[in-house]
Amino acid sequence: MPTLEYMAPTSPEEAAALLANDGARPLSGGTDLLVQMRSGRKVGRLVDIKRIPGAIGIRREGGAFVIGAATPCAALGEDAALVAAWPGVVEGANLIGSTQIQGRATIAGNLCNASPAADSVPALIAADAVCIVVGPGGRREVAAADMGTGPGRNSLRSGEFVLEIRLPERPARASDAYLRAIPRTEMDIAVVGCGVSLALDANGTVTAARVSLGAVAPTALLVADAGAALIGSKLEEAALAKLDQAARAAAKPIADKRGTVEYRTAMAGVLARRVALIAYARAGGKA
Amino acid sequence: MSKQHITCTINGDATEFLVEPGITLLDALRDELGLTGAKEGCGSGDCGACSVMMDGRLICSCLALGVEAEGRRIETIEGMAVNGELHPLQQKFLEHAALQCGFCTPGLLVAAKALLETNPSPTETETRYWLAGNLCRCTGYDKIIRAVMDAAAELRQERSAA
Amino acid sequence: MNVTVTPPKLAVVGTRPIRPDGVDKVTGRANYGADYKVAGMLHGKILRSPHAHARIVSIDTKRAEALKGVKAVITGKDFPLLGDMELPMGEAAMNVGHISENCIARDKALYQGHAIAAVAATTVAIAEEALELIDVVYEVLPHVLDVEAAMAPDAPLLHEKMLTKGVTPPAEKPSNVAMFMRLARGDAAKAIDASDVIVEGRYDTAAVHQGYIEPHACVCTYGADGQVVVWSSSQGQFMVRSLTSVIAGIDQADIKAIPAEIGGGFGGKTLVYLEPLATILSKKSGRAVKMVMSRDEVFRASGPTSSSVMTVRAGATKDGKFTGFELDLRFAAGAYPGSPVFAALMAGLAHYELTDFAIDAYDVVTNTPKVAAYRAPGAPISTFAVESAIDDLAIKLGMDPIALRVKNGVKDGSLATYGVTFSDIGFHETLESIRNHEHYSAPLGPNQGRGVAAGYWFNAGGESSANIAINEDGTATVVSGCPDIGGSRASMAIMAAEVLGLPIEKVRCTVADTTAIAYSGLTGGSRVTVSTGAAVVKAANDIVEQLKGRAAITWDVPVDQVEWSNGAAICLSGDQKGEKLSLADLAYRFGRTGGPVANQASVNLHGIGPGFAVHLCDVEVDPETGGVTVLRYTAAQDVGRAIHASYVEGQMQGGAAQGIGWALNEEYIFDTDGKMENPGFLDYRMPVASDLPMIDTIMIEVPCRNTPFGAKGVGEVPIVPPLAAVANAVRAAIGKRPHSLPLSPPRLHALMANGH
Repeated sequence: MPTLEYMAPTSPEEAAALLANDGARPLSGGTDLLVQMRSGRKVGRLVDIKRIPGAIGIRREGGAFVIGAATPCAALGEDAALVAAWPGVVEGANLIGSTQIQGRATIAGNLCNASPAADSVPALIAADAVCIVVGPGGRREVAAADMGTGPGRNSLRSGEFVLEIRLPERPARASDAYLRAIPRTEMDIAVVGCGVSLALDANGTVTAARVSLGAVAPTALLVADAGAALIGSKLEEAALAKLDQAARAAAKPIADKRGTVEYRTAMAGVLARRVALIAYARAGGKA
Repeated sequence: MSKQHITCTINGDATEFLVEPGITLLDALRDELGLTGAKEGCGSGDCGACSVMMDGRLICSCLALGVEAEGRRIETIEGMAVNGELHPLQQKFLEHAALQCGFCTPGLLVAAKALLETNPSPTETETRYWLAGNLCRCTGYDKIIRAVMDAAAELRQERSAA
Repeated sequence: MNVTVTPPKLAVVGTRPIRPDGVDKVTGRANYGADYKVAGMLHGKILRSPHAHARIVSIDTKRAEALKGVKAVITGKDFPLLGDMELPMGEAAMNVGHISENCIARDKALYQGHAIAAVAATTVAIAEEALELIDVVYEVLPHVLDVEAAMAPDAPLLHEKMLTKGVTPPAEKPSNVAMFMRLARGDAAKAIDASDVIVEGRYDTAAVHQGYIEPHACVCTYGADGQVVVWSSSQGQFMVRSLTSVIAGIDQADIKAIPAEIGGGFGGKTLVYLEPLATILSKKSGRAVKMVMSRDEVFRASGPTSSSVMTVRAGATKDGKFTGFELDLRFAAGAYPGSPVFAALMAGLAHYELTDFAIDAYDVVTNTPKVAAYRAPGAPISTFAVESAIDDLAIKLGMDPIALRVKNGVKDGSLATYGVTFSDIGFHETLESIRNHEHYSAPLGPNQGRGVAAGYWFNAGGESSANIAINEDGTATVVSGCPDIGGSRASMAIMAAEVLGLPIEKVRCTVADTTAIAYSGLTGGSRVTVSTGAAVVKAANDIVEQLKGRAAITWDVPVDQVEWSNGAAICLSGDQKGEKLSLADLAYRFGRTGGPVANQASVNLHGIGPGFAVHLCDVEVDPETGGVTVLRYTAAQDVGRAIHASYVEGQMQGGAAQGIGWALNEEYIFDTDGKMENPGFLDYRMPVASDLPMIDTIMIEVPCRNTPFGAKGVGEVPIVPPLAAVANAVRAAIGKRPHSLPLSPPRLHALMANGH
């Protein structure tokens, strides 16, 4: 019977070398990986990255936030500056699973696991987050929007893992939000998720907008038309209606045990409106 | 089969055990150490019956590996009463009849203790959302929430009296 | 807020002491099914059918047996064939042949998840690997997953020779309808047709699981002397013993069944799945075998309750008197006959006075897991249809929904639809308590609606035994034979304390194994507090008589000159008139006055009181998402006499919560191959703490004359009204009648958009 190996390297390079093995997986929170292994996913080697210096923790680089890939989601909510600058990213992360899950799960894991319904992903895409990836070939950057390539598939190459996630510097009068449609009040996978990040000028007019939808396509989407619908507006009804329409048009959901095609498509529009209004208010706008 | 030797602290005591890499922390606690207070209700992190604290964070032990306990500080239900004296949460659960079959109770108590250490004055809504990861099928949660908020009040009083 | 309407105070009954087993449960010390360990024990795992319906052509276990670490492999061939054998099991007979085949298949796999073979090995990992080495050849057959498909002409047959029982003339062509039953009085069709208002509707519900958090688990040891010890969590160690005996082919006298603490059952643990398998694996391997179901297995292979299709037609006069009801109930039994449709038929209209009604009920087999009892089995389902129809009648009549139910509700002397005459019932008081409650007239906001529903459950009496012994220090030990699933040890201690006159801290309660207590029926049917309580009270009363006799000897007076009061004997005459001897005083002298004082009592309790419940629910529906928030919930119930008030409230709240989950989000979702798509707590959506408000309770006490202190069973009836209470509240919020459960957001969204 093949034995599972467990290693806990203490440098990124050591981790990358260990991951270059077929059947090796990086382990941070393990809240997806252990469930998958229990359901039959074959893993030969677990490379625990939690003991790499800097893998756990949030630091500033100028105005940007750099979040270690093994930082549990709960820690994000404990960082007041991060919550103030990126409330949408934090609330998405703090909706993953339960309090217990958030004590271990990571946004890097959530992003790389690439479930189309992952809760942290739409806000990360809206935020234009960037992953710092380490591999046998050195370091490179992958935009959050480019990480997921299909359900359960990501664009990492053999031996690569995410070391940290960077959120860009925030201008003034900018904020974000995330909501999901779920049947209960907690503990559900998003039937639809939506993240919106906005920046406003001094008059409250939207100057920049990124809208991302989750659970309505094989990967989370960045919906350019939806963002465009908001630019130059103060979230009047006409702009919201265009946003709603663009979100529904972009949604290409499946029907499954969590929702029908009609429901998901409708919720894409409903959530886009609600999330945009929250992000707008947080950024200081008055709709 | 190759077991790893793990050294950690459990409920304040230095502890060693042997475990294979693929074994969960939950199974290590239950089978290697006889700490059967944490339960398996689902094995997938959806019910919270396996809740323990690891380095001060509330986690599902069914989703951690025994080998990850190396060098860490683990707290289980068995460590909640100190020197034979029940923690106020345990006492309030009994007074409020906040348990029926009792299977979810250890996980709920560990989770509630973590709540009160994070937020000593939770509202009813905050309490419910914090405990959403602990399924109870018997009680409908009413008496559980009352017990937690009553224990919170008692702990706040003790703190201000101290 | 909890409100109690109570008759005269007793010393201990009705108080809220801390339960005697409580400290073990809050410290993690209590031992449940999977917490037990025997040195050298093996781990058992089950190979399950990947097909919803298949003939088992052959099973080759050689490769599995050859794997290092595997100590035994079993298939259906290792178990006796029982045919259609029935065993009496309290409320109803159980078909043990079916239970045996459900434990391990014989010639057919009847659902995806059906056990085909089992392995015992030194580790769980080896056992799981061995399963993959068992070679099974299946002939896959077409399958049916719901009642309509199963009842269609030319539907594939699960039991190829099964003829429908209960039809006249007798059935000649086999079908998937195991049994038909009709309960009727008068001429319902004619009565309804002549009514001032008529309502009708078709309703359907999905299968739901009891959802106990503890998966099935046992450790079985078959010794070299043929003596078997079964440690398992169950709703009855005597049931475990008799079913394991019959299914495994072992003499009952050679089996000792020890009840572990049980982590929830709700009816789902009133039979066995693992114990016979673990016992035979132990026999074959010569070592103890532990078997624990995964959560996935619990969903895919242990009984949920039935899915259903129902139609209802009802009429009323313009004053609100029901004229007639027609009900057609079709329930899926899963792989073997035995859905709760007949209980649903009897309970569904039992709380109303009716002269004309016709209820048709069909028990239909389907290629889904065999259903098991779930808290008031069948009643929540039929009541959903009935109470939705009554809600429609109230709307058409422009009548207050409580007033409509008061006008038709049964009272003492009423003849129930299923034949009994009611006495000592409190349905009207329960209805009034809701009408008079502040919740009933509290204002509602936009998108909010209020729904009310009533429900009935028979409860059960039956056989229970209890021992009481007085210890040398004057404390009492109470031993009984029904597993404690929700705090019954506290109630036993309370009742013994009340009769003996002891403070409750001086009464210890245990639940014994099958060698240490006389026969006791299942923990189920809401019977333990009344039936085991009756045994406890009987034993305690006998002990009081013995104690009076000992006091009489001590004082040298006739025994009729001794009174027992507040835990002491009082001398009524002679030189020692007025003197008292406490229990401790008497116990100290037991050796000199005749020896140990103890008693065992067994009862077979009849004439117990049924349960009536009325629930009130406020919801808010998000008009854009279809999301339902339960804003407020009040549950009223006739409890007879609350022995331990907190645990009675707990039963009411727990039953309401399960009903709310059933109404809103719980359902078995199958793919077209008959594989369950949501066998886990992520997608089988039970209520979490943030989904529910506080659940207020009103306990109405109309005592039953035949039970200890007038108590009535309280555990089951609280799950009967919530499905309709929630659905009626949603109807009020959105203006459309929901006909299909669960009311998950996508379905409610479609209902609001399309009307269905």
